[in-house]
Amino acid sequence: MVDGRYLFNNFMAKLPTSVQNIIAQYGPTKAYSPQEGFGGRSEPDKLVKTHCCFCGMQCGIQLKVKSNKVVGFEPWMEFPFNEGRLCPKGVQRYLQNNHPDRILSPLQRIEGKGFEPIDWETAMSRTVSEIRRIQAAYGNDAFAMLSGVSLTNEKSYMIGKFARVALKTANLDYNGRLCMVSAGAGNKKAFGLDRISNSWADLEHAKVIMICGTNVSETFPTLTHYIWQARDNGAKLIVVDPRVTPIARTADLHLPVKPGTDSALYGAMLKILVDNDWLDHDFIDNHTSGFQETIDAVKNYDLSWAEKITGIPAAKIMEAATLWGKASTSFLLHARGIEHHSKGVDNVVGCINLVLATGRIGKPYCGYGTITGQGNGQGGREHGHKCDQLPGNRDITNPEHRKYIAEVWGIEEKEMPGKGLSAYELVEAIHRGEIKGLISICFNPLVSLPNNNMVREALEKLEYFVAIDFFLSETARHADVVMAGSLHEEDEGTVTTAEGRVVRINAAVTPPGNARRDSDIIMELAKRLGAGDKFNFENSEAIFNELRAASKGGTADYYGITYEKIENNMGVFWPCPTLDHPGTPRLWEDRKFKTADGKAHFNAAPYRDPGEITDDEYPIVLTTGRVVSQYLSGSQTRRIGKLLDQYPEPLLEIHPKLAQQYGIKERDLIKVITRRGEAEFPAQLVETIREDTVFIPYHWGGNKSANLLTPGTLDPVSKIPEFKVCACKLVPMGVKSKPAEESNAYQSV
Amino acid sequence: MAAEYNQNMEFFVDMQRCIGCHACEMACAECETNGQESMIHIHYVDRAHSVQTTVQVCMHCEDPACANVCPADAITKDSFGVVHTANTSRCIGCSNCVLACPFGVPKKEEKAELMMKCNMCYDRTSAGKKPMCATVCPSGALYYGTREEIRKMRADSDPVQTFKFGNETVRTKVNIMMPKGSTELKVH
Repeated sequence: MVDGRYLFNNFMAKLPTSVQNIIAQYGPTKAYSPQEGFGGRSEPDKLVKTHCCFCGMQCGIQLKVKSNKVVGFEPWMEFPFNEGRLCPKGVQRYLQNNHPDRILSPLQRIEGKGFEPIDWETAMSRTVSEIRRIQAAYGNDAFAMLSGVSLTNEKSYMIGKFARVALKTANLDYNGRLCMVSAGAGNKKAFGLDRISNSWADLEHAKVIMICGTNVSETFPTLTHYIWQARDNGAKLIVVDPRVTPIARTADLHLPVKPGTDSALYGAMLKILVDNDWLDHDFIDNHTSGFQETIDAVKNYDLSWAEKITGIPAAKIMEAATLWGKASTSFLLHARGIEHHSKGVDNVVGCINLVLATGRIGKPYCGYGTITGQGNGQGGREHGHKCDQLPGNRDITNPEHRKYIAEVWGIEEKEMPGKGLSAYELVEAIHRGEIKGLISICFNPLVSLPNNNMVREALEKLEYFVAIDFFLSETARHADVVMAGSLHEEDEGTVTTAEGRVVRINAAVTPPGNARRDSDIIMELAKRLGAGDKFNFENSEAIFNELRAASKGGTADYYGITYEKIENNMGVFWPCPTLDHPGTPRLWEDRKFKTADGKAHFNAAPYRDPGEITDDEYPIVLTTGRVVSQYLSGSQTRRIGKLLDQYPEPLLEIHPKLAQQYGIKERDLIKVITRRGEAEFPAQLVETIREDTVFIPYHWGGNKSANLLTPGTLDPVSKIPEFKVCACKLVPMGVKSKPAEESNAYQSV
Repeated sequence: MAAEYNQNMEFFVDMQRCIGCHACEMACAECETNGQESMIHIHYVDRAHSVQTTVQVCMHCEDPACANVCPADAITKDSFGVVHTANTSRCIGCSNCVLACPFGVPKKEEKAELMMKCNMCYDRTSAGKKPMCATVCPSGALYYGTREEIRKMRADSDPVQTFKFGNETVRTKVNIMMPKGSTELKVH
């Protein structure tokens, strides 16, 4: 990638009409409840038990339905994870239903006009003929698919099968590539399996909790309860984060790590464990491999070196290692803060090394895991809509795995495409002109991928782009055809929560107008592409039953899970290989790891710099993240009035000492420039961030997108982009920003 | 109805656990009687220095100043100790209660010319449910349960119901969680 190449090209990108015209018709519009509430809320037709769509916690919630519309919610006290607790997104999630921006029929792009409704026959036949034309002219892999893990397990599975069996393309990837693939890759290296090791029940009793790069209270608010339960039970809390987040504010120990240096911290801590013999020799000797090479790699990582690299005072690193080393029980959790790096996998295995060295896994109150971000971030990454994966978390390059899945699908193994491109690489291939057609669902790359300017140019180069969506996302604005799909509450199925619990999503209402369920759209397309006999599913349970068979014998084995079993048990933890198996809330009690040698693997992670380091031209570290009131690219939550009012526009968090160097005052408008692009944000002066780092949340699009700035540097193993660190410069614009309440940042102009 | 207001259930507020997420406000506003206004309020203490937030809900005073100063007898305390929001047919919108409350709880809804404040989700609590804010609170900053439950769960804290404003002592139905051994909170 040649940096700077896309910087001034964004004006060339073309929409069918002005962005203002598109916004006037399709939003985002701020939705509020009427003052007196929606009609019929006090006497709903039904209360539907389901789960919130907005993060991997998958809090139980009951939706109030009146006349086929979701009109409110009622806490679901009996669901064991959250017992009624919700975050503001959960409280307001019902407002995405019955929303004025909802796409009610298929649309097609009309140059100079925007979009106009079309019938399904036109949308389907045009799409199928474009797929055939492009594949005939350029080869099957020239038509790609992008998917996402807000989809149920059933849809994730079906899309993996659709891309390989009906679309016959290798190029399918998903937005989990921006989420937890570094964790998945690290876990597979260490354990041969990709799931948190314990349920949250164990977290409540751990004596030391270390949370690394996870803003728990804003991104997984309901998990905060469990951390406080543990603290009430005597746990010490260590938080590693460049910012004093709400969970860091009261922590026993906060390590304000310089972005991009995490693996140096974990390496130095491992050396302290070794130097002080805070090791579980029995576990290391009998159940692990790679220990010696791994500790050899950190033998020079002394405290003064670590302090210099990470910016964390040596005494604090020592204190953290001492707390961890001497703990009787412990739980280590991480999330995107350490995973969104060109060293994401190194950071993850660095954490796992600390867990393995102390042998605190596979025992009561001893656990480790990533906190999955998206609604179905766990289940969605197991069943085959990753470019390199087949159901059951199988490997698409493994001949035996291919053979098994080909049999389940009723195709010849040689017909099955191979490994395709990962999400960002796939968009780069579009930009290079190698991929000509795209079908997308549940993915808004024009906001969520780094280097937005490149993504926008790529979308404009497509010969045909069809988006399945319920709102016209920033990405779908560039589509040729939009197929009106279904909201979370309009389809049913299962999802797998961040603790590995498979739960039921129940449909509350049917899709409005001429919108259709996503699963019906995919099945219809499959039929028209000549694979109808492979997609003849009567309902979501039929898809799940095929998924069960496809996952059987894989590491993510769902065979023993049925809809009935889920409903009777408030969820079932995979692996669950047989019908009489109770599920597995706690992994590794048998010490039989899923690696080739059956042992847990230490992995050496020698320190290296992030992809971009500061220099004279770009002297400040930029990091990005989330706020509590918004979810991911904001396509849903930027349409809910109260969530926007809580935090209306992205702010540039900057330490007063750094601000002083530039003469920056509160709400001064600041242009942030990187080698990819530039954007302007109001300054927010806060002492809760490192003095060398600025922070911008990424939920907004258009000229307020933090991802105009972020780099497309990828982890070599996981292919996750480095959202969490790059170099920037700040240019004060000499004016104050207009008041926040007047901001229209939510519209993505 | 089998369920009724259970006097063993109490409301506990622990400011240090507040994560400033505003779930309580949004859930409170959903109540049919609140017209999308929240009766509980979250504020940053000083965002420039800290992410610390405060949560303020009606403390349901034993001897409620708001009711005492109301010239229209619009505010009443019931036999369970719940201080109810202004009776809409009596409230004259004079704001005496707004000025008198030591915790700054009642707000005058200018459009309606009425005072509105928390009534401890009487519709829910009188039917055996928890108040909406304490139901949804994801961090445990708001808790509704028995004194025994909270003592068992949070051994390092003590609930406090006595507040000293100068020479004035105010006792409340709602508890604030304070460090172990605390018996009162001196505001001035």
